[in-house]
Parts: sequence; C-alpha cells; structure tokens
Amino acid sequence: MKIEILAPGMLTSVQDGARHCSRAFGVRVGGAADAFSWRIANLLVRNPSDAAVLEITLGGPMLRLHRAATVALCGAMIDAEADGIALPGWRPIALPAGCTLTLGACRRGARAYLAFDGGIDVPVVLGSRGTDLRGGFGGHEGRSLRAGDILPLGAPIASIAATTAPRIASWWIDAGSDLDFADAIVVRVLPGSDAMQPSDALHAQDYAIDAASDRQGLRLRGTALQLVDRRERMSEPVVPGTVQLPPDGQPIVLLADAQTVGGYPRIGHVITADMPLLAQRRAGQSLHFIPVDHREAARANAAQQARLARIAVAILDRQRRSLL
Amino acid sequence: MIFYTRIEFLGDAALLLRFGDGIDAAVNRRVHACAAALRAQAPNWLIDLTPAYACLGLHIHAARIGGEDTLGSARAWLAQWLERTPFDARVADSRTVEVPVVYGGDHGPDLAAVATHAGMTIDDAIARHTAAHYTVAMLGFAPGFPYLLGLDAALAMPRIDTPRARVAAGSVGIGGAQTGIYPQAGPGGWRLVGRTPLRLFDAGRDPPSLLQAGDRVRFVAIDAATFDAMDEHAQ
Repeated sequence: MKIEILAPGMLTSVQDGARHCSRAFGVRVGGAADAFSWRIANLLVRNPSDAAVLEITLGGPMLRLHRAATVALCGAMIDAEADGIALPGWRPIALPAGCTLTLGACRRGARAYLAFDGGIDVPVVLGSRGTDLRGGFGGHEGRSLRAGDILPLGAPIASIAATTAPRIASWWIDAGSDLDFADAIVVRVLPGSDAMQPSDALHAQDYAIDAASDRQGLRLRGTALQLVDRRERMSEPVVPGTVQLPPDGQPIVLLADAQTVGGYPRIGHVITADMPLLAQRRAGQSLHFIPVDHREAARANAAQQARLARIAVAILDRQRRSLL
Repeated sequence: MIFYTRIEFLGDAALLLRFGDGIDAAVNRRVHACAAALRAQAPNWLIDLTPAYACLGLHIHAARIGGEDTLGSARAWLAQWLERTPFDARVADSRTVEVPVVYGGDHGPDLAAVATHAGMTIDDAIARHTAAHYTVAMLGFAPGFPYLLGLDAALAMPRIDTPRARVAAGSVGIGGAQTGIYPQAGPGGWRLVGRTPLRLFDAGRDPPSLLQAGDRVRFVAIDAATFDAMDEHAQ
C-alpha cells in the first residue's frame, strides 16, 4: 500500500487543504497552491475532498506503485506515462501494481496535482497532512520528496478491477475555462490598506513574474510603485492573495505559504477565486490586475464553488456508470 | 463592551480588527483579551485568529456565512459582539515563562557589539537583558517565533546590514527595539546575544509553541555547561 519515489522531480511535496487552526503560533496556512485542481484530482479518484496528493512543480517525479491504484493528474499540462503509455490529465486512470509512473515537464502551467485513490496517508500534523516546507513539519518528514522515499497510501474507497496495463477513462473534465495558462492573464484584486501614488498605479501596467517566485509568493517586476505614506509599518496579519510592496517598489503577491504577519505595506488582495491562476504562473509570464469590490469578489468565489459542485456531480454520475 | 478603533477588510476572507496603531503594551493586552474571548464564543464561520501587535486578524469561512455581502455580514456580527461583550483584561493575565540563555561566545556572536553600541560592559548588557520583564506581543515570521515587548531601550540596536545565511535554532536576537528568539535554524538579520537550549516550536507538541501570545517572559543567564546539559536542539 505504498508508492516509492525513484526520482523526486524539481520540487514535489505532499499537500492537502490548509492548516486553518494555528496561525496564532505563527504557522502558515499552506496547502495546495492551486486548490481548484487539487479538489478535482481528489474527486476523480473518489477520495474525500480533503485528501493529500502530490504537488509537482515544473518538472515531475518518477515513482513506482506498490499496489494497483486509480490516479488522476490535474492542474498544469504535464508529460506523463506509465509503462510506456502516455497518460492524459483530468480523468481517472487505473494502474497495475508494480507499474512505474514517469512525469516529465509541465508544458503549460507551473503545478500539477497527482491524486491516488485512498490519498497519501502521512500523519496529520496540526490539522493537516500538508508539508510546511519552511517550518520543516507535516507531509513526508517536513520536506520535499527525495529519491528513495516511501509514501503510504490510504485504503481505496472503491475496489478497482485488477488490471495488467494502464486503463484510461474515456471521459474527462474540461477545465479550460477555469485555468488560463495564457502568457498574459488578468486577475481580480481588492483594495489594500495602503494607498498608492497615483491611486490606480497597481492596475496601470503589466507585471512580469520573476524567477525568484515560490510557494510563499510571486515576485513581480514592473515600473516601481510609490506609496502615499512611506513610513515603516509594524508587522500585521497578511493572507494568501495579499499584495505587498517592499521598499524597492516591486510587488509580491503572497501564495499558499504566506507568512502569518508581515511588515510591508499591503496594496491589494487578489480574490480567492483567482488564486489557482496565480499558482499556475511561470517565470517570464505576465499578469495584469483589475480592481473589483467585495460584492464582486463574493460573487466570483460563490460562482467558483458552484462550478466545483457541478463538476463533482458530473464526476459522480460518470463513476456510477463505469468503474473508472 | 470591548473598545476598538476600526474593523477593516483583509482580502475576501478575513477581517482586521484594529485596537490602536503603535507598539504599545496596553493595546497589545487588549488584542489578546479579545482573542481569548472570541475563541470561547466563536461562530462556526470564524476559523482562525491571527493576533498581532495592535490588531487581530479574523479568518472567515465564506461559504458558511453565504449571502451577497459575506464580509459585511461578518463585520456586522463582530461589531455587535464587541458591543455586548464585557472587556475582561484578566483573560490576558498569563503565566511567566523562564527562558534560560547562555550569553555571548559562539552562542551570542553579537553580544560584544550590542554592549559597545550601548556604551556598557558585556556583564552590564547581560544584566539589563535578564532584568527586563518581557511580554510575547505575537508569534510570527516563523512558527513559534516570539516578538517580545519590554527590551531595555539602552540595548536597542539596528539589524545587521546583511542577514546571516544561518542562525542556530534557539538564538536570542535584538532587532531594533525588539528582542526575539529564532525557533528554527535559518537565515536571520537580528543581533545575536545568546542562545536558549529550549525548543521553541515542535509541531508534534500540544500546544506546538513553547510561548503563547500574551505570555510574560524572563531570561535567566546560564553557563555553557548548563546549556549543553539542557540542549533540546541536538538530535
């Protein structure tokens, strides 16, 4: 009931929902950076919606299955094959025990999510199975995966028919309208507590994604922004989506591994529904902010939840009719 | 009622409840008293709190509130709750935690510079650092990292220009007018005056953090042999 990591890929870690209980201890929320893709990957393999999966960054791992498993790959478009057969994304795939799964480069997008039926059964630490890479706890030994790691899988929810070769479902989820992998995208942003000079400066230009970006934040490059009030701030709470402005005038958008408090001015907050788009940005691509108000943000978030609920119903309907 | 200055929105899933603007011990006590009262009476949509120096972050499960104006509803609830909840500073009255520290040497490479900057001997600098009564204003920056109020003003010193690539776990530092303790090894820019053998953060412990926001802290000087005997970092 295990998977064995033969090669780790560029940065692969165990992630689930979020660690929503320990911010008072300075513990960041973490979890899958693209929670939309994470959730669908779990639905496709009949997992509970909060199960732990592998989050794969840019270049994928090679791993061996020690039991037959249903898997699903969502998020970034990534090269994948099992025993020489190419595996498409966004659908369930039954794989035999002993099979080797080789994930290559992310062709579009930055993060792929690989779910296994039964979930990755690492211990729950502070309410989550996810890896806190900076804190060094959770997930598998509190770190990204290395060659030789053995990860336990939970018991599968539904028994799958024995298979000797990969079997690929004939249906899939089309997330093309949900995840925009284009080189230039627009994300919706709410006002922050620190005013800009001029006031619409944040929305007036395109920003390039800097290579120094990671799960903590996307570093943006553009014409340096100016604050109305340039005095030093004391540290105050920040959240995933918060747009910070360090002294060099180049914004940082915090992602899933946002620290709990920060001292940089907060010049905006990307809405929750657009966080998956940010998680899929790659260095060199660009983004543009457009301002929205709180009612628009609540509407967009509710619409995304409704879309996920419809996808869940569609998947259940398919699963009733076929084993995959 | 609990007095506050403002309720702000922090993105689309959090409120920021503000009690003041500066770094002030009385304001910080109000933050912790309010956090304790809220924890005891939290509605199901209030999923987490982030206490800070002068404000409190309230993290919200938007779908559990629902409606057109999610945050507006949460803010209205909070304003009413603050109105009807009696302020009880005693909930923030907390324990005193003694933190043993070996000062100077390899464990506190910047102690001499801090003493020189303050115009005093090394022994006087240690005496001043151990004499003060500190309060944990908040935990942040890293899991279990305590921002302590109460540093003797004479010991204040700006951070080093280029942060160290690696600071040992347990290092006690001075950053401007603040003092704090690094729970994990990692990069850091504060002036290191000593090191505690205590493990400040252990995710497998309940609670995971040795110090809690609102705790009072005293530093107790120990020698290197005592440090080695007590060392919880070596594993």
